[in-house]
Amino acid sequence: MKNKYSIFSLIKNAFSYHENWEKAWKDPEPKKEYEAIIVGGGGHGLATAYYLAKKHNIKNIAVVEKGWIGGGNTGRNTTIIRSNYLWDASAGLYDHALKIWEGLSQELNYNVMFSQRGVMNLAHNLQDVRDLKRRTHANRLNGIDAVYLNTEEVKKFCPIINTSQDIRYPVLGGTLQRRAGTARHDAVAWGYARGADEMGVDIIQNCEVKGIKRNGDTVEGIETTKGFIKTKKIGVVAAGHSSVIANMAGLKLPLESKPLQALVSEPVKPVIDTVVMSNAVHAYVSQSDKGELVIGAGTDDYVSYSQKGSHDIVEGTLNAILELYPIFSRMRMLRQWGGIVDICPDASPIISKTSIKGLYFNCGWGTGGFKATPGSGDLFAHTIANDEPHKLNAAFNINRFVSGDLVDEHGAAAVAH
Amino acid sequence: MFLINCPFCGEREQSEFKAGGEAHIVRPKQPTELSDDEWAEYLFMRKNIKGVQFERWNHIHGCRKWFNMVRDTSNDQIKAVYKMGEKPPVK
Repeated sequence: MKNKYSIFSLIKNAFSYHENWEKAWKDPEPKKEYEAIIVGGGGHGLATAYYLAKKHNIKNIAVVEKGWIGGGNTGRNTTIIRSNYLWDASAGLYDHALKIWEGLSQELNYNVMFSQRGVMNLAHNLQDVRDLKRRTHANRLNGIDAVYLNTEEVKKFCPIINTSQDIRYPVLGGTLQRRAGTARHDAVAWGYARGADEMGVDIIQNCEVKGIKRNGDTVEGIETTKGFIKTKKIGVVAAGHSSVIANMAGLKLPLESKPLQALVSEPVKPVIDTVVMSNAVHAYVSQSDKGELVIGAGTDDYVSYSQKGSHDIVEGTLNAILELYPIFSRMRMLRQWGGIVDICPDASPIISKTSIKGLYFNCGWGTGGFKATPGSGDLFAHTIANDEPHKLNAAFNINRFVSGDLVDEHGAAAVAH
Repeated sequence: MFLINCPFCGEREQSEFKAGGEAHIVRPKQPTELSDDEWAEYLFMRKNIKGVQFERWNHIHGCRKWFNMVRDTSNDQIKAVYKMGEKPPVK
């Protein structure tokens, strides 16, 4: 890497008052033709371009992004990373990602602030207890670290949780994945962008896709706000807007796009050093390095692209948060926002070829795509380069909705989708 | 958050309602005749439109009746509300 970040480059640049750092990525105009085009400059899209260039020797790649990179759901999620999924296919997919996370800062020479602070999932009724124990066993059979904790152990691991058995949804136990944790979401997009740019990938921002040109069942290129760009391979990683792009190509996807909200509090001193999620009452919380509580709410049930969401969803989440953590009762909330998530009927993603040659989709990550960013990019790059899925994403093909071979993670994963 | 004009109860907060997804998806008349592709289309494939969309809603915390709505999903503005079985009032 020509501009490797290190203590020496930091000292060197300190002498010029940090005014001469090179740009981490260029801002090129689109060329007439590319070998492959990635639609969507979020974490997944940039990771896809990075691995296409790095592992599959395709250098002539463009990433087109209608806004700015990392400005969509990459910058709107609650940054939780875990791999404790129930089914074998999901466990393989998410643990592949988790293994890449563990070495990602070194690989990218960019600190993504991956922090394995553990993720704890709470049980509030007997069915939760049975489900979480079953999932713990399934995780272990798949080589994923998981332990079941009783109420006392939950209290010991996270002392601020109210474990009184007199509340509406008492804590009966929980699971813990110690390898799980959080990362800095913006840094993931920036790190992959810098790495991809270094290998010659053109990252084209403020360039919205307006149409997909086809010749019969083969793609020929994309119409954009910066003109027509020719290509034989298009990888669409447009998250909430996947259906919009699919409609341009005359495809229909099994997706519904819905608002998912999150909020952060005013910054306070360290009070919670892990991530705690609760499926039954739908509330999860962690603390950012700045000291803000990062709180995730549920999805609204209607289709919307408005990036807003309804107030009652936030209210329900905060009710649960306050019952579980009475210590937060006087905390003020600083910001609230929504992102548009594309949800599959089985709450599992699609990383797949389509019926149109040269058109690939990576979508349907719903409420939980951030954790999979490196693995998703790696497997999607493999699928695009070889025109065949990798064995880890073979189950996540689009034809599962025809065959019925679904990967039903609804409620079976660690948190409700 | 937005207000919905229930055709039976009048204007109420959206939190009283449950969204029921895309409207006017016709249940197959001869389910046994359907191919796997046709089943997938009926069960799973959705237009998921960014813009004006036709949808079903249920006033679950009110009259508990189903009705149809025309709504712009890009800004959540409701264009029209009409009863089940009625023709959509706007195109």
